[in-house]
Amino acid sequence: MFQPLEPGSGPRVRVFLDDTPVDLPEGANLAAALLTAGFSPFRTTPVSGAPRLPFCMMGVCFDCLIEIDGIPNRQACLEQVRAGMRLRRQSGAANLEAAE
Amino acid sequence: MIDLAIIGAGPAGLAAAIEARALGLRVTLYDEQPGPGGQIYRDITRPRSDRSAAILGPDYLAGRPLAKAFLASGAGYQPRATVWRIAEDGLSFTAPEGGGDQAAARVLVATGAMERPFAVPGWTLPGVMTAGAAQIMLKTTGTAADGAVFVGTGPLLYLVACQYLDAGMTIAAILDTTTKGALLGAASHLPGALRRPGMLMKGLRMLRRLRRSGVPFHRGVTDVAFEGDQALSAVRWTSGGTAHRLECAHAFLHHGVIPNANMTMAARASHHWDKAQAAWVVDRDAEGRSSLPWLFVAGDGGGIAGAKAAALSGRIAARAIARDLDRGAPDSARLLRDYAAEVAIRPFLDRLYRPAPAFLAPQDDRTVICRCEEVTRGDLARAMQEGCPGPNQFKAFCRAGMGPCQGRMCGPTVVSIMSEISGRSPEDIGYYRIRMPVKPVTLAEVAGLPTERVDGRN
Repeated sequence: MFQPLEPGSGPRVRVFLDDTPVDLPEGANLAAALLTAGFSPFRTTPVSGAPRLPFCMMGVCFDCLIEIDGIPNRQACLEQVRAGMRLRRQSGAANLEAAE
Repeated sequence: MIDLAIIGAGPAGLAAAIEARALGLRVTLYDEQPGPGGQIYRDITRPRSDRSAAILGPDYLAGRPLAKAFLASGAGYQPRATVWRIAEDGLSFTAPEGGGDQAAARVLVATGAMERPFAVPGWTLPGVMTAGAAQIMLKTTGTAADGAVFVGTGPLLYLVACQYLDAGMTIAAILDTTTKGALLGAASHLPGALRRPGMLMKGLRMLRRLRRSGVPFHRGVTDVAFEGDQALSAVRWTSGGTAHRLECAHAFLHHGVIPNANMTMAARASHHWDKAQAAWVVDRDAEGRSSLPWLFVAGDGGGIAGAKAAALSGRIAARAIARDLDRGAPDSARLLRDYAAEVAIRPFLDRLYRPAPAFLAPQDDRTVICRCEEVTRGDLARAMQEGCPGPNQFKAFCRAGMGPCQGRMCGPTVVSIMSEISGRSPEDIGYYRIRMPVKPVTLAEVAGLPTERVDGRN
């Protein structure tokens, strides 16, 4: 588990992880905040359903893909925590109904 | 219409923007992250405690004045932007508040480096990430993982391990894959390295620190493989003629960095295979001109040379661009001399930390090479037996390189495997044909619409 080296002092805001409310540090890198919160896996792969977590944290590997506010395939490592974000784990291959 | 569009807010892009503004150019800089710094100075403008600053060290904090000068330079700045097209007429980008096109007389690509893909069995398991990613966790959220195993070779691996020790973290083991051959080969490049004795000493100090820390330090490591079902549970390797196994929940991989070249490749600038860095590198002259008159390249995206050299190359490119646009600029002779001195250590480092052939071209058929499409080494070898003639045809034979990362995580390994099996040189094999959009974008984004919807519905 990734643990904070120092107690967090900044404000935390509520986001929804698969409809479950979770408080994360406002403005923090989303992938880093979710990893630290123990969110695992971030997604399962479209090919074999294998679990994945962020690998590069810098926008090149696409393993941190997540659905944000109804939009799938966002790179969590390029996003920041905002109040009210609705986050969904992506399972396997894309589902056309879910994108409607 | 602006004079110069810069892509990337690392040292090269920031220094170029500052210089270009000082020369009176109209400049806008585009970057994926919310703040300036790139990866080396990631999150540099965020206030941090003395302890956090001490852990990250003076080389990181050196980015502060650069970022500050950039923010005060008067350059346009579009953070959180994904540039998906560059061309003679400028660029196209997406951003949360809406993207669009920007006309520009010149484009400077300063997209920096990425860690060289390190394909070993089990490297896709949750719990395995790059050493750079572990460092980004430190820089962005000040978090670290206890009991991690560090695997690979190169200055960044040792630096992150030292930062972990400074942070009071326990490290389960360091598995060093530096080869004996590399040590011997690098020795002949020592005279060049001694032109930068400070850097050499810094490296030696880090290695001594790690060896004396009490952390198990295994040298000459080969045959690395990760085990686990739903997540990493153990690492296996061979060293000193013995097979080892160690239980762990975190492993940080690193064996060097390579240019992030998708942007220049998609633009169809000419590239060459750099044997010393074992990577495809864009062709550029001393001032950063690519083979295309409108396209300049600065920093590690045009060949690995480090942060200080990147900043110098950004300034040099900005001056060359000003001259090309008949705006005038001071002579760059001094900057070029400083750059040459800065990169004098590279042949030594490139040789010392060149990964072993068996890590560049994995031998174990079960190794996943393309992470997106889960294509293994065995799949690639089979495709070649069936007549697959080149990297692009792998896409049709087995989908390698067809996923969202657009070949970034598999391309270098695919070329190495093909070279190893066929005996052909990487130059002869070539690389994936990279196309725009340089990153996946939605049709709505291409239309310039905002990407953030708060209610989750149209």
